[in-house]
Amino acid sequence: MSNRRFTFHRLWAIVLKEFIQMKRDRVTFAMMVGIPLMQLMLFGFAINADPKHLPAVVRSADQGPFARTFVSALQHSDYFRFVGEADTEAAAHDLLREGTVQFVINIPADFSRQLLRGERPVILLEADATDPAASGPALAAVRALADTVLNRDLTGPLARLRGRAGPVEFRVHAHYNPENITQYNIVPGLMGVVLTMTMVIITGLAITRERERGTMENLLATPVRPFEVMVGKILPYIVVGYIQVTLILLAAHFIFEVPMIGSLPLLYAVALLFIGANLAVGITFSTLAKNQLQAVQMAFFFFLPSVLLTGFMFPFRGMPEWAQWVGTCLPNTHFLRIVRGILLKGNGLAEIAPELWPLLLFVVVAMSVGVKRYRQTLD
Amino acid sequence: MTAAEIFAIDVAGVTKRFGDKTVVNAIDLQVRRGEIYGFLGPNGSGKTTFIRMLCGLLTPDGGTGTCLGYDLRTQQADIKKHVGYMTQKFSYYEDLSIRENLDFIARIYGVPDRADAVQRSLRRLGLENRSAQLAGQLSGGWKQRLALAACLIHSPQLLLLDEPTAGVDPKARREFWDEIHQLAADGLTVLITTHYMDAAERCHRLAYLAYGNLLTRGSLADVLAAAQLTTWTVTGPDLRQLARELRGHPGVEQVVAFGNTLHVSGRDATRLDAVIAAVRTPRHQWARIPSSLEDVFISLMETAEDNFK
Ligand SMILES: Nc1ncnc2c1ncn2[C@@H]1O[C@H](COP(=O)(O)OP(=O)(O)OP(=O)(O)O)[C@@H](O)[C@H]1O
Ligand SMILES: [Mg+2]
Repeated sequence: MSNRRFTFHRLWAIVLKEFIQMKRDRVTFAMMVGIPLMQLMLFGFAINADPKHLPAVVRSADQGPFARTFVSALQHSDYFRFVGEADTEAAAHDLLREGTVQFVINIPADFSRQLLRGERPVILLEADATDPAASGPALAAVRALADTVLNRDLTGPLARLRGRAGPVEFRVHAHYNPENITQYNIVPGLMGVVLTMTMVIITGLAITRERERGTMENLLATPVRPFEVMVGKILPYIVVGYIQVTLILLAAHFIFEVPMIGSLPLLYAVALLFIGANLAVGITFSTLAKNQLQAVQMAFFFFLPSVLLTGFMFPFRGMPEWAQWVGTCLPNTHFLRIVRGILLKGNGLAEIAPELWPLLLFVVVAMSVGVKRYRQTLD
Repeated sequence: MTAAEIFAIDVAGVTKRFGDKTVVNAIDLQVRRGEIYGFLGPNGSGKTTFIRMLCGLLTPDGGTGTCLGYDLRTQQADIKKHVGYMTQKFSYYEDLSIRENLDFIARIYGVPDRADAVQRSLRRLGLENRSAQLAGQLSGGWKQRLALAACLIHSPQLLLLDEPTAGVDPKARREFWDEIHQLAADGLTVLITTHYMDAAERCHRLAYLAYGNLLTRGSLADVLAAAQLTTWTVTGPDLRQLARELRGHPGVEQVVAFGNTLHVSGRDATRLDAVIAAVRTPRHQWARIPSSLEDVFISLMETAEDNFK
């Protein structure tokens, strides 16, 4: 009864066949490399472009020299384009809400006086952070400007006010999007998104294609087991997944200069689990779908929440509770945290462990559903 | 000898329904080892469905039986290992070369000395120097030959061939049949569906299926004798007029034109003779001939239409 068990020679037969077919299918292979590059360019550069001339409005309640210097410095930095006037807080907020301005810079009434007394006056920056990628650099610029401009004016006896903490205190009030996601977040995050998109679609087609081309009848007539077919179809694409990971890491390092603090071998090891999770989802879709079109539709259905609800597009904690629940069930959520953790924070195995077991669980569940749903007959 | 040693296929009451349509209706079939068994029947009669049940691709809704001694319902995995199934529609990989296809199948079955087996198979096919060609680029007839080679590579004990010679030229067809007979002589059992009468005549035994029902079976002589069909030929002028006249008579079941002759058949010899005596004129030459298999099958099919439709 050896026939009922898994055998390596049958698995290997499927793996080799898939490799040959992948090699022959140039268009698909080009897409597998092209999609990550294209997404990197689209997301990466759209974010990386230094935003300039962002519409802003100043509400200055102080007409003193320091306030004026500061405002004029802001005007001369080309980060901002000052539009209109806002005399009241309500008017300023209206402008912000409408999107007429992206920033409101509030200078308090006794700004100059407090500054001279060394009381570190508070400048309140209100930002429309729905486009955090754009506002991030501008906010940084405001801080830098305040320090250099004001320090330049604080000369002679006033020099003591410069201090280490800077002469003024900034309070940033980010409206609509409390977390500021920067390009550092986006580029590593893209790894999860690209892998989700390509891996699920490519294996989603794997079994439906055999059905549509009629080769399934032959395959089913051989002694090959469901598990052998599924794993055999997954293994070759793990290689493709690693090519994508490498491409993205290279781009992250050389083009976007994303810091990479943590261990790359650890990242590569964990990526295996995530690639496996997506391939398992794809192959499971493939056993459920009646044809290739349905498989692609299912892949898309999976892809959308993987982009929207995982913390890639919107900050995870900013989402309503139900969305967080959905997100928690998606492998991309955990992988995003792992990648960002390893690359940006230098996390090690111990820190990422809480995100690892959900991935593992996901792989097991997806594979089981797939093996169970794999029809061994044409009924 | 046990039944399993005598019969490669031994099934009873095999039934398959799709929805509320019974496609294969309680078929009993016994095929001896080493026999070439022809399976005939009009389009949609359930031949492919029956074969798929034999090799474990479809689960029967009713009936029991064994294939190579393995149970049809519970030991499908073992059946698959020892059966070579050639599908009606080409179902190897068109984006793999001839050699890669054979190699894939050989690996799946765990054929010992794989490279050797593939090479032998290529040589026997006469495809040695085209082995790198993609299967999708082969002509229809060559695809059939590749498929046959592929389903033989693991030395199966039973071959199930679903219309293996459809679209194959006469010379290749003859070579194909020679090979089948050679294999059968070596002990392989072959169940083969076909629409060609010359092919049917090369089988040891035949079965005829219509609308899922097995109508007749046995050797060629048995089938012809069981049909009890009387056939006359007639030649001469105005055959179309004569055919129209004959068709109206009860007792005349078939009037078929073959070039410049008509074949007139009926199962009731006395009534047929009476009708012919009535229309017979010296303008035509009449002669009684032995009924052909085709005459018999068409007659069976028309009766089946009345009974089952
Ligand atoms: N998967 C299926 N679902 C529903 N009906 C089916 C299915 N497969 C076959 N049938 C129906 O069963 C009947 C028998 O089909 P089958 O393919 O077995 O005929 P066949 O004898 O092989 O015909 P042919 O000579 O044309 O190959 C047909 O009416 C067909 O429409
Ligand atoms: Mg058929």
